[in-house]
Amino acid sequence: MTALIFLIFACIAVFCGISLVVQTHPIASALSLIGVMGSLAILYLQLGGEFIAMAQIIVYAGAIMVLFVFVIMLLNAGAETPTFQASTFVKYLGIVLLVAFLGLISFIIQAALPKTEGVVFGGFQGTAADVGRKLFTSYLLPFEVTSVLILIALVGAIVLARKEI
Amino acid sequence: MVKLITKEGLIPSHVNKLFYLMAPFVAVALGLISIAVIPFGPEITIGPVTTWMQLTDLRIGILFVIAVSSVGVYGVALGGWASNNKYSLLGGLRSSAQMISYELPLALAVAAPLLLANTLSFRDMVNYQSGYWLGFIPRWNLIPEIIAFIVFMIAGFAETNRVPFDLPEAENELVAGFHTEYSSMNFAAFFMAEYSNMVTVTAVATLLFLGGWQPPFPAPYSDVVPILVFALAGLIAVYHGLHPARRMDKFTLPATGLVFLGIAAIFGLSLFVPVLKTILMALFWFCGKILILLFVFIWVRATLPRFRYDQLMRFAWIFLFPLAMLNLLATSLIVALTTK
Repeated sequence: MTALIFLIFACIAVFCGISLVVQTHPIASALSLIGVMGSLAILYLQLGGEFIAMAQIIVYAGAIMVLFVFVIMLLNAGAETPTFQASTFVKYLGIVLLVAFLGLISFIIQAALPKTEGVVFGGFQGTAADVGRKLFTSYLLPFEVTSVLILIALVGAIVLARKEI
Repeated sequence: MVKLITKEGLIPSHVNKLFYLMAPFVAVALGLISIAVIPFGPEITIGPVTTWMQLTDLRIGILFVIAVSSVGVYGVALGGWASNNKYSLLGGLRSSAQMISYELPLALAVAAPLLLANTLSFRDMVNYQSGYWLGFIPRWNLIPEIIAFIVFMIAGFAETNRVPFDLPEAENELVAGFHTEYSSMNFAAFFMAEYSNMVTVTAVATLLFLGGWQPPFPAPYSDVVPILVFALAGLIAVYHGLHPARRMDKFTLPATGLVFLGIAAIFGLSLFVPVLKTILMALFWFCGKILILLFVFIWVRATLPRFRYDQLMRFAWIFLFPLAMLNLLATSLIVALTTK
């Protein structure tokens, strides 16, 4: 059952990823990206990282992508027109070469990295309490540094915007 | 509702068809999905089966509801954009900006009772609120977290686009917002989404602050309340049926009164059947609290005028957000000092 759900949502994620690149309309691309994020959240959930899964949806799908969609809507970006027409021969050759390239890469990665045990469904300790405890004990410094980094970005954005006024 | 289904559905020729048709679906689906994690009552045992009166209990149920409501912006934003009409687009942006702004105080207000109960699951949340202080004051989060409750309700009004924050559909000033171009069932879908969001918000408020299905009085007294309420309603209806103001009242009011009296009898009967009693009491108190909060929604709608847009935004960012933040700080300080 878990394997079936994994397969379904992995396929949706890959399909949405391809659709993100192939779509000509920016809004369609943005929605495909939301599809990718949603299905990734479900994969996290299967691993046991329930807090990560919900944070993925709240932060990425609910906040960042909304801003993306806003900007696209306000700029009224239309469908892009392809700048050059590739011949059909090149297109099919491209698909073959892409598959070969991916196969090569995955082979190299498998050969280079040491053999590890596979991931177990639900084997990851990712409840909200675990994540919180880890954040404020083992990973306190990176956590604080990240927050300062975000603060710098915020102040920088305000300074840049003020020049315009 | 039925009237709107039977209307002809127009699809304007200039819209982006896929997204135009997708937006109401997104809105309704996200509006209805939250019910899955909301518990209606305690654990019950019917014969060999033991189950909770809840579809599923996520350990992160509250986060799930927040996640669903944060994704809910897409229905509005897409609807406004896909209509390909500048007024709809402006309306969509207006309402999505409002929903995003009010999500912050909403989430901060939710966080305070979570700190007290130290859980993210609705079920544990309600169990934490069981019992009574001094034997008669219910241990609800409402009492220590009254500020969080008020902020939650205000932000909830704005999240569900109800008056006084119904800028998305200011029908008597701005015609309408993101759904100007929608007709028939698509239009009704947006309103179904709005009303189901109202039920979700009130259910979450009930679970977080009002003790879920826990009755407000200790057990022997609270068992009598539903019988009294329904019997009283039935008697009043029968009385008015005997002194009819209109001709139809002679038949309709006594019939309604008899139904109410029947319900009261069922509640009375249930006092002697433990299984039935658990189910009915939980349902009565949970639905009763939700209905009271929904009544407040409608009440406010009939009472308050609409905010102006700049007032709306200033209210969210300058008043509501710092208030929720301070409340969260105070709560976490108290929790940190009292727990070892």
